[in-house]
Amino acid sequence: MAILRAAIQMLLFPGLVYAVSASFFMLWLQRKINARLQGRIGPPFYQPFFDFVKLLGKQPIGRPMLQGFVMTALPVAAVAAMLGAVALLPVLPSGAEFPGDLVLLVALIEVGPLLAVLGGFVSRSMWGELGAAREAVMTAVYNLPFLTALIALGWTSDLSISKLATTATWPVRFLALAAILLCLPAKLHLNPFSISSAEQEIYAGVTTEYDGPRLALWELAHGLEWVALAGLFAVLSVPLPGVADVWRILVFLAISVLVVVLLSVAAASTARLKLAQTARWFWLWGLLLAGSALGLTLAGI
Amino acid sequence: MSMLKSLMNTARRRSPWLFHANAGSCNGCDIELVTCLTPRYDVEQLGIRLEASPRHADIIVVSGPVTRTTCEALETVYGQVPNPKVVVALGSCPATCNVFAGSPTVVGPLDRILPVDVYVPGCPPRPDAIIAGIAEAAAILAGDKPRPVHNSSQTSGEGGR
Ligand code: SF4
Repeated sequence: MAILRAAIQMLLFPGLVYAVSASFFMLWLQRKINARLQGRIGPPFYQPFFDFVKLLGKQPIGRPMLQGFVMTALPVAAVAAMLGAVALLPVLPSGAEFPGDLVLLVALIEVGPLLAVLGGFVSRSMWGELGAAREAVMTAVYNLPFLTALIALGWTSDLSISKLATTATWPVRFLALAAILLCLPAKLHLNPFSISSAEQEIYAGVTTEYDGPRLALWELAHGLEWVALAGLFAVLSVPLPGVADVWRILVFLAISVLVVVLLSVAAASTARLKLAQTARWFWLWGLLLAGSALGLTLAGI
Repeated sequence: MSMLKSLMNTARRRSPWLFHANAGSCNGCDIELVTCLTPRYDVEQLGIRLEASPRHADIIVVSGPVTRTTCEALETVYGQVPNPKVVVALGSCPATCNVFAGSPTVVGPLDRILPVDVYVPGCPPRPDAIIAGIAEAAAILAGDKPRPVHNSSQTSGEGGR
């Protein structure tokens, strides 16, 4: 029974099937909200799926063998890491939780930007390298408040996500979640923190040199990052001890979509900041929120 | 197999991504192309996106009569776009050199350099006409329309780095 549950969790929900379909849905929702707020009609519902299929059908440009291999392996690894992160989300109690799974989840989520930095540098394009360098600095900037907030949340529960959702106190939870929400636009390359992808300004940033199927994989990895981060926020935000599975799933989906809507609206209504401004913003407001959450945890409140 | 093929054709029809190359245009055509992205025309409804990198594009939109300095860059960009790809000549300039014909710095028209698949006439063309031209290019990508026959003196497109 436990194996069956684990298999369902890996392949169906919140694993493969849900993750891929939700990633297309979230990419569409973000573009649609952006368009509606600009007074446009926006892309049709199936657009991200057709974009993905079309990219898969393009013939990649010939490259030296090693470079071609690395440029394919990096996006494949990013997709795999993000799928793993989504499958780890404890939406339903599976009985397979272990202390410290928060560390594994965060590590998988962090692999994405790391591979993107590598991907930018191996593409050997000036714009790819510029995007990668910016992404590397951004990682240092937003991860400080992000990780502090997660540590504050997990302090009392052996860094286990499922226990953490029930043990964290409300003041700590509120402050830490606010800090995490603040970091999400930066992690997803959204305005006002879209510095590393900065479309048109540095061409396409990290993905400038990626074509056809390789680009399709990066797009999928980006969609899965949306699912993983929105899902992480959802499982951390509402404790549901002893609630029926259907309700757990519904609450999880509702909060995930809410996060996407919130981030998309914020992205559509702001303009891009500079790197120094972003750093100041995160290290002041982000750290203030996350640091006070950590302070409250340590004080036992 | 045929279902996969028809899915691929539908995807190609519904998701044409553009790369815009300015080959010495007077900027009139460029402004009209950007107009297509505004709320009034909103080409994102058709899945059309203006991409910053030629590696991501399916359709190369060229405006301008092709000057001596942009000729080589055009060939590079053409090689950088992965197959299958379509070239759209935007405005009268790439079709005939327009008012710039006879200038010593102009090496156009465009079909001497790249195999042009769709011409959008006008100086500058209206956004409606540009959208119709892009839709035609997408139809060529999807295989709904045959590709026009090209002469062999143009670049083969295998050059890009
Ligand atoms: S066709 Fe007319 S508007 Fe377009 S670039 Fe040429 S001169 Fe300018």
